Amino acid sequence: MTVDADVARRRIEELLRTNEEQILRRWTLITKATPEELTDLYQALNRALDSGGEDLADVRGLLAELSRSRARQGFTPSETSRAVFGLKEALYEVVEEDGGADALRGFIWFSRLIDDLGLFTFETYATAREKIILDQAEQLLELSTPVVKLWEGIVAVPLVGTLDSARTQVVMEKLLQTLVDTGAEHAVIDITGVPAVDTQVAQHLLKAVVAARLMGAECVISGIRPQIAHTIVTLGIEFGDIVTKASLADALAHALRRSGVQVSTPRGTRISVRTEDA
Amino acid sequence: MTGGSELPIASNADVVLVRQQVRSAALEVGLSLVDQTKVVTAASELARNALVYGGGGMARVEIVENGPRKGLKLVFSDEGPGIADVEQALTDGWTTGGGLGLGLSGSRRLVDEFDLVSAPSKGTTVTVTKWAR
Amino acid sequence: MERVPILKLGDILIISIQIDLEDQSVLALQEDLAEAVVAHSARGVIIDITAVEIVDSFIGRMLATIAAMSRMLDAQTVVVGMRPAVAITLVELGLSLGGVRTALNLEKGVALLDHVRGATP
Ligand SMILES: Nc1ncnc2c1ncn2[C@@H]1O[C@H](COP(=O)(O)OP(=O)(O)OP(=O)(O)O)[C@@H](O)[C@H]1O
Ligand SMILES: [Mg+2]
Repeated sequence: MTVDADVARRRIEELLRTNEEQILRRWTLITKATPEELTDLYQALNRALDSGGEDLADVRGLLAELSRSRARQGFTPSETSRAVFGLKEALYEVVEEDGGADALRGFIWFSRLIDDLGLFTFETYATAREKIILDQAEQLLELSTPVVKLWEGIVAVPLVGTLDSARTQVVMEKLLQTLVDTGAEHAVIDITGVPAVDTQVAQHLLKAVVAARLMGAECVISGIRPQIAHTIVTLGIEFGDIVTKASLADALAHALRRSGVQVSTPRGTRISVRTEDA
Repeated sequence: MTGGSELPIASNADVVLVRQQVRSAALEVGLSLVDQTKVVTAASELARNALVYGGGGMARVEIVENGPRKGLKLVFSDEGPGIADVEQALTDGWTTGGGLGLGLSGSRRLVDEFDLVSAPSKGTTVTVTKWAR
Repeated sequence: MERVPILKLGDILIISIQIDLEDQSVLALQEDLAEAVVAHSARGVIIDITAVEIVDSFIGRMLATIAAMSRMLDAQTVVVGMRPAVAITLVELGLSLGGVRTALNLEKGVALLDHVRGATP
């Protein structure tokens, strides 16, 4: 870095420090950000410049936060990056007032820095948007949790993702309706993909099993994670005589046995009606 | 019918009419099929109690609103002997009539709001509300 | 007061509840059925509640009573066709219908009776 460039840069840093109030006010007016957000950003930038201007991690962190929240709130990408570019405009007024050659030259350097940060903002915005879209797709998928037929007379609901009380109720109603529609007498509720359950969700699962029984079908719950087992025990929820299996495969094997299917016998498979005993 | 309708509970046939009236109001409010079934079942229990223990009474079916949410409010009242120990009457399995003792306690679980006012020789009033989701 | 008809199919009696029953009809059905089981030497009873929109504690008690009564008269009872909404409501109400066999539909109910009788001749 040449001596001149260094001087120019110092001048800008000085202007930024001494005119903080004016620049911030102007910046807030130009952008749609809150004064708090901008003040944090402004001070992080000053700190970074003071310590040589190489370490912009804090600034980038704040900018990433700003872009993500903008993305969530539905701001456009240009609105979001304008929040950053606005600082150029706000500073330019001060530079103009100063009128010195150093300040003007320094402003060019500062512009480039802000442009880089603006692009970074744009990028994080795009990534955040993408993540939001993915999350929404996943939620949609969750809502349309399928009830699948595993075998003649055996259906399963593989539950994936966070279960809240409302979703559990919807899925369980769907399962019970499937029993009626398909005449399946065995159902597997597989919760391998469920990270945790609360009391209400656990209760809904249990009630579904009891309701299925009242309708004339048997439910097995499979894939209970250790953590969930722990929750259920500590919450004091009675699982009673409900059959639980470690995996979906174990549950299927159990349901097959119960429905009288004999796998790998010379006579092939035989299906008979379930009995009430054991 | 936001003003609500009053139905007498003087016979077994009236209990059936109450169920039917509650069903159509539940449909109007937009309750889900399961919630309709729950509130009609609760109504059946409470209407029967008013008839059997209260010597007959009235059922009031009212559609209520709480902001954008609609709900169904039902009031069952009689001027019968009343309930001396309300806590006890609300216990699962407690009955003086050879029933299952699930009418009151069970109905409470089937609705969102449940209020029982009763005193000996003052009659009994049970008010329940079920909100659409 | 309406009376529920009782159909005879071999040694099975089939009761299909099609209307919203008042309590008096429910009690009458219990009595009629006990007599029919004896009169026809029935070995099985199927109560089809496919069309029933609610089962409250009174109907629930009837189902349990019929099951216990026919057992005493050497007949098995199966309740078929309970709707999901009805089952969910019964669970919340706290009714377990202990001692009552259930099946998803009429066909499965008949098969269940055959099976039970095959197992205990
Ligand atoms: N309206 C009423 N007036 C007076 N006593 C009542 C009234 N309703 C309920 N009770 C009392 O409370 C008890 C419990 O009522 P609940 O409806 O829970 O059970 P039940 O009617 O005895 O049996 P079921 O399960 O068939 O309803 C009744 O046995 C009765 O003594
Ligand atoms: Mg009662």
